[in-house]
Amino acid sequence: MEKVKRVAKAIPRIRDATIHSVKKLSDKTLHKKEEASNFLTDFANAILFVNLVIKETFSREFEFKEFLRQCYMIGNKTLPLISVTGAIMGLVLTIQSRPVLVEFGAESMLPGMVAISLIREMGPVITALIFAGKIGSGMGAELGSMKVTEQIDAMEVSSTNPIRFLVVTRALAATLMLPILVLYADALGILGSWAAANIKGDVTLSLFFRQAFGSIGFIDLIPAIIKTFLFGAVIGFVGTYKGYNAGRGTESVGVAANSAVVLGSLLVLVVDMIAVQITDMFV
Amino acid sequence: MTEAKSKIAERQVNESKKPILEIKNLKISFNGKAVLTDTSLTLNEGENLVVLGKSGTGKSVLIKCVVGLLIPDAGTIKVFDTDMTSLNKKQFSQMRQKIGFLFQNGALYDSMTIKQNLEFPLVRLMKDLSKKERESKIVTALENVGLPDVLNKMPSELSGGQRKRVSLARTIIVDPLIMLYDEPTTGLDPVTSDEISQLINDIQKQLKTSSIIITHDLRCAQQTADRIMMLDEGVIHMEGTMEEFEKSDDPLVNAFFNANIN
Ligand SMILES: Nc1ncnc2c1ncn2[C@@H]1O[C@H](COP(=O)(O)OP(=O)(O)O)[C@@H](O)[C@H]1O
Ligand SMILES: [Mg+2]
Repeated sequence: MEKVKRVAKAIPRIRDATIHSVKKLSDKTLHKKEEASNFLTDFANAILFVNLVIKETFSREFEFKEFLRQCYMIGNKTLPLISVTGAIMGLVLTIQSRPVLVEFGAESMLPGMVAISLIREMGPVITALIFAGKIGSGMGAELGSMKVTEQIDAMEVSSTNPIRFLVVTRALAATLMLPILVLYADALGILGSWAAANIKGDVTLSLFFRQAFGSIGFIDLIPAIIKTFLFGAVIGFVGTYKGYNAGRGTESVGVAANSAVVLGSLLVLVVDMIAVQITDMFV
Repeated sequence: MTEAKSKIAERQVNESKKPILEIKNLKISFNGKAVLTDTSLTLNEGENLVVLGKSGTGKSVLIKCVVGLLIPDAGTIKVFDTDMTSLNKKQFSQMRQKIGFLFQNGALYDSMTIKQNLEFPLVRLMKDLSKKERESKIVTALENVGLPDVLNKMPSELSGGQRKRVSLARTIIVDPLIMLYDEPTTGLDPVTSDEISQLINDIQKQLKTSSIIITHDLRCAQQTADRIMMLDEGVIHMEGTMEEFEKSDDPLVNAFFNANIN
């Protein structure tokens, strides 16, 4: 009898505990579901955004002046940084690989080897990563703060399509400027490599450049250039997307800038991986 | 006091005038949360209509619907007898020139000089102007707000009050007939705040505009209002003159007025 009473007393407690744990569980799965659907809507939104931007790019009223200004700003902001990184890339590459080449008596291959690795891989990827850090984050922060302070709304009230004025110009400027900057970084890299080679050996600049360019083929240059256009586009789209879709509070400006760099850099590497596979099929 | 009296006199003249902006049964919600549930209001020609309300009741949302920055879920917005929801893009753009919007923190373009800020709406909304006409309009607009010497400065070099003035100049430069002010005095010191209220009255008289002034600043309401509406929980809670509001024994209105005095 005593036992039955105790069990009867325990029943409501057990029931409550069960309800509680089931509720907790369902809350958790609900949360997961929400997260998944958040990711999906975010992805869908990004696709819609890209679609909209491409459509606006080919509209009749292209904001040419703002586009030129953006190109100029991009060059102006990144030139010193990219000069330094370009030269360092060549320098480091040369200092690292020279002893090995000397050991095999293949020192004369140095310029060619450096040129090929710079042009095919290091130049595009490292420049793009720096570009994502400088320009991608700048776009995220600038558009994000324009959103938060209602500057984007103010443009719309002045009958200006903000996608056309702010997003298309920036994304396009990034797409066109990155390849130019990469070629420039490559050239400085070869210059840096010559400087490093000259510390130990003695090569004239013209001989070095002749050897370097002599070994570069069509298959080195063209895929690398196409790739950098894609890098520029990816960074431009991610930066503007994150900025343009920033939340309504001040803290979202930082979030936009940060996620523009992180996602931009990540996508650059992903695109690079795909590009390498595709190039590989044709060699 | 004389100011207040002249406002009453003006109001009596205004009452005979025709409606210029009519909002009917406006509904809007965000992510399932209703902000405006059934809001209707009428703005008559030439009057200053003040909309009071607590923060977060949807005052900004209300006027953003008027200029198409937000699309309402239901309801109609009629401006000069034209239903805004029925317009195509080009017609809408023409209507936009007639409606000026002063953003809460000015929304000046950070990356542009004051001159470029003022040129922006001119180039885009009044495309036929010559360069000379544009320049003279810029000068006049800045004079109208009492700030002639800032043309080549950047927005970041100006004080809060100056930014508000420049922003006001950028709004009135395209000769709007309706002005929508989003909290014009919030965040300003009392003296600057009074100057902006005065400017709102000057614009009403000189440019013959009809205005909706969104605020929770009673002082600003006192100085500018011909008529007042109070927004709460997504609907217009009360409508009347300043005196009627002051005399009212409605608990919500009382709470609002007493909190402001203290
Ligand atoms: N674009 C938007 N997206 C989502 N929620 C919004 C948006 N605009 C306003 N809200 C929400 O609507 C409510 C009213 O906002 P608002 O009109 O800015 O208030 P206030 O009366 O202070 O001007 C707030 O809860 C706000 O978070
Ligand atoms: Mg507001």
